[in-house]
Amino acid sequence: MATVSGSDVRDRPPDTGETPAMVIEVRIPTILRTYTDGARSVQGSGATLRELLDDLETRHPGMLDRIVDEAGLRRFVNVYLNDEDVRFLNFIDTELSDGDVVTVLPAVAGG
Amino acid sequence: MLTIRQDLVDAIVAHARADHPDEACGVIAGPFGSDRPERFIPMVNSARSPTFYEFDSGDLFRLYRDMDLADEVPVVIYHSHTATEAYPSRTDVSYASEPQAHYVLVSTRETGPDAGPYEFRSYSIVDGQITEEEINIV
Repeated sequence: MATVSGSDVRDRPPDTGETPAMVIEVRIPTILRTYTDGARSVQGSGATLRELLDDLETRHPGMLDRIVDEAGLRRFVNVYLNDEDVRFLNFIDTELSDGDVVTVLPAVAGG
Repeated sequence: MLTIRQDLVDAIVAHARADHPDEACGVIAGPFGSDRPERFIPMVNSARSPTFYEFDSGDLFRLYRDMDLADEVPVVIYHSHTATEAYPSRTDVSYASEPQAHYVLVSTRETGPDAGPYEFRSYSIVDGQITEEEINIV
């Protein structure tokens, strides 16, 4: 596959002694796209979901508070690692791997 | 304004009656940008409650994945009230997260699971504001 220009982090050979940065795709629901200039998908990195969310906050300030509260992930915001709800993994401490896709979906709920 | 086919109205009402006294809930998906409800998708109320509804998180993931693949959006998000009027509650407003959706409320308070009068109303809920809409049944 030809690379037209620029370099992709995955094409660069890893430096000796350094781990390559992890690239995680994060799918953003409609109501949080105000934090991403309308983008429905952004990239970030982190060894765990917590680190990833902190990383995203540096580029999309204010978004973290919509997903996380003092207790961890907000009750009515669903976060998935690939196709699994992270509540069935390790919640905000769920470990991530390069190439993972994290999806955020607000609960559809009411009374 | 919500424009919706009669058979879809009937499907929502039938679902509400079937689940009474628990709240029924679901989505009608339609092509992105069309504002046309087309594909009726009743959902399981994982709360199984007469006063609360929530889509199971796995069901929700698959719903949005499937809509995405078909280039659809949730045009209608519906649920039923089983003892109160067909008007959004404070809870409904605080969890409304699709600004473009028509939030349809049905009330089965009068006749429950049986045939008979029901309330069927539609609302836009944006930034905490409720705006009732006219319904055009086609």
